Amino acid sequence: MTGSLPRILAVLLKEFTQLRRDRITYAMILVMPVMQLLIFGYAINMDPRHLPAAVLSHDTSTVADSVVAALERTGYVDVRYLPRSDEELDQLIRRGQVMLGITIPPDFTRRLLKGERPQILAEADASDPQAAAGALAAVSVLPTEALRHERLGLGAPRSTAPAFEVVVHRRYNPESRSPFHIVPGLLGIILSMTLVMMTAMAVTRERERGTMETLLSTPATPAEIMVGKLTPYVVVGLVQTVVVLGMARVLFSVPMARTPAGWLALACGIVLFIVGNLSLGYLISTLARSQLQAMQMSMFYMLPSIFLSGFAFPFLGLPPWARVLGEIIPVTHFLRIVRGALLKDQVLADMGNDLLALGLFVLAVAGAALGRSRTTLD
Amino acid sequence: MNARAIDVRGLNKSFGDRHVVRDVSIAVDTGRITGFLGPNGSGKTTTLRLLCGLLTPDSGEGTVLGMDFRARGDAIKRQTGYMTQKFSLYEDMTLEENLAFVARVHGLDNRRERVEDTLHRLGLFDRRQQLAGALSGGWKQRLALAAATLHQPRLLLLDEPTAGVDPKARREFWDEIHTLAAEGLTVLVSTHYMDEAERCHDIGYILYGRLIARGTADAIIRDSGLVTFLGEGPGIDRAAHLLARADGVLSASAFGAAVHVSGLKREALEAALVPWRKEPFRWSEVPPSLEDVFIQLMGRERDERYTS
Ligand SMILES: Nc1ncnc2c1ncn2[C@@H]1O[C@H](COP(=O)(O)OP(=O)(O)OP(=O)(O)O)[C@@H](O)[C@H]1O
Ligand SMILES: [Mg+2]
Repeated sequence: MTGSLPRILAVLLKEFTQLRRDRITYAMILVMPVMQLLIFGYAINMDPRHLPAAVLSHDTSTVADSVVAALERTGYVDVRYLPRSDEELDQLIRRGQVMLGITIPPDFTRRLLKGERPQILAEADASDPQAAAGALAAVSVLPTEALRHERLGLGAPRSTAPAFEVVVHRRYNPESRSPFHIVPGLLGIILSMTLVMMTAMAVTRERERGTMETLLSTPATPAEIMVGKLTPYVVVGLVQTVVVLGMARVLFSVPMARTPAGWLALACGIVLFIVGNLSLGYLISTLARSQLQAMQMSMFYMLPSIFLSGFAFPFLGLPPWARVLGEIIPVTHFLRIVRGALLKDQVLADMGNDLLALGLFVLAVAGAALGRSRTTLD
Repeated sequence: MNARAIDVRGLNKSFGDRHVVRDVSIAVDTGRITGFLGPNGSGKTTTLRLLCGLLTPDSGEGTVLGMDFRARGDAIKRQTGYMTQKFSLYEDMTLEENLAFVARVHGLDNRRERVEDTLHRLGLFDRRQQLAGALSGGWKQRLALAAATLHQPRLLLLDEPTAGVDPKARREFWDEIHTLAAEGLTVLVSTHYMDEAERCHDIGYILYGRLIARGTADAIIRDSGLVTFLGEGPGIDRAAHLLARADGVLSASAFGAAVHVSGLKREALEAALVPWRKEPFRWSEVPPSLEDVFIQLMGRERDERYTS
């Protein structure tokens, strides 16, 4: 058996030599864990806090201020908006700008003083059940915490029972079923994973196998090569989408868009997202020196797509710097679009910003990829 | 039409600080077959890539197929066939698919017909459904040539097209090249084989990036000023390495039971041979072969080998 030791050593040394030559892989092995630990360690918070909320008061007294103060004291929500109308509040919730909307009815103070135990309405966006639970945790303390001073000062009847009630609505997903949240999100992750990885090798493979030389000696231009290489994958992406959505419907009863406008919005989002992923993969393949590197770069891209996009954790619960990073990632916008269209009846007008962001991403990344494509070997 | 298919001057190319092609000027008349010779790493592949627009030269000007070769690269590509040194068709596609791809990307009409014709001509029609990667080395070369000529280019750049091809196929290959040239195709072909060099109309010899000899094989031999003696007799081949070290001898190589001894100065060479002019050896002066000349050319530039 001792005879095999030199041979093992030979292979081992060869492997180390090759590893050392491959600088990027080397860097990835060292840099990636450090970066990931820093980014995700600080960004991920299983107990989301400071979720955005809105308080709409139809009551003329200062009761709203007290409610706002009580909500913010919990640390779970930040009241960022004070809408003036039901429509305004509804739009804030539908577009995902707030996780929680509180409505105080017109005669709230009067009935409170009379001891009639009036109600206020708390609407949470339960399309993300985890975030909704956080927001509703803030609401649950309202009856005991809010208006304590007012009640004492105004000499309202003192009783142990709360002076008012909170009616909770879990909108978009009343039963808080997590598949409604996760499965549409998975569509984004699946599309990214397959499309980015498949196209990340498009150019690298040709270069590695030497076929690039033939391809470049033909009259085909870089733009023609890029469009020709990517178009088949658009079809792949569309097929994947249909399969995933079909299974979401059949196996998990995930709701689908209910109006043609909703489907149109969804379709726009899907097409932009697919093209964005393909462009990114193509850009990677012009950067990578080998297929292995292309693979690593794709993996490197997937992690923030999972953790900072709102797929694994509520986006609004991330710290502000992580949200800035998240806004750069197409999956973030796609998740809002697909969840918006499927669960929240969003139409094009509701998702303008996200579609714009995806459009910009496509332009920037496809432009960069094309800029890096050469007609020559040098 | 321009009588010169290629007419470029002052071509230079560096990779980092390695000056790989130095001041190469090359003119090739339409319909000529020019052999491109030189040792490994001398810059043949790089020069061919510069000519077909696959590499950007650092400097140089001129025309290829009558068009400014730096500005009209795209137009030149359309009329040029380039066969790479390393097989670079798609190994995971069948022969037919590869040829169909080439036909399509060049926008050819009658695609089917052309592809089938080509497959028949190559004698590969029955294997058209086979993956290109499964072909033997020589057959790959022949497929690559077919792909490079499918769009009927006016200029053909071949980079060691016959490496690993058997003698019969090589002969057919050269017959085919001559047929195409007779129809007006211009061919620039790099090779390491002397017999192939002799089948070219003329030759360019490149060494460390410089084109140091140009012309017909006869002219190059004549201009070399080389004197060559052929020694025969039992055991003479074993003397070759001793002769090679003698003053006045540029090269001495054994060919079977004979030895070729070359030098530039007749007197010095004769003097070096004196110890060997005895029985059982017989000596006679012969015209130098191309190979003798090229080996001498390599020696001439040896001092400059790593200068830039
Ligand atoms: N992409 C590149 N980067 C760096 N150096 C290169 C590159 N391509 C070629 N070279 C160098 O340029 C020189 C000439 O190479 P080239 O391939 O043109 O030689 P060649 O004459 O075709 O040789 P061979 O007969 O072995 O095919 C070599 O020293 C080679 O190392
Ligand atoms: Mg070469």
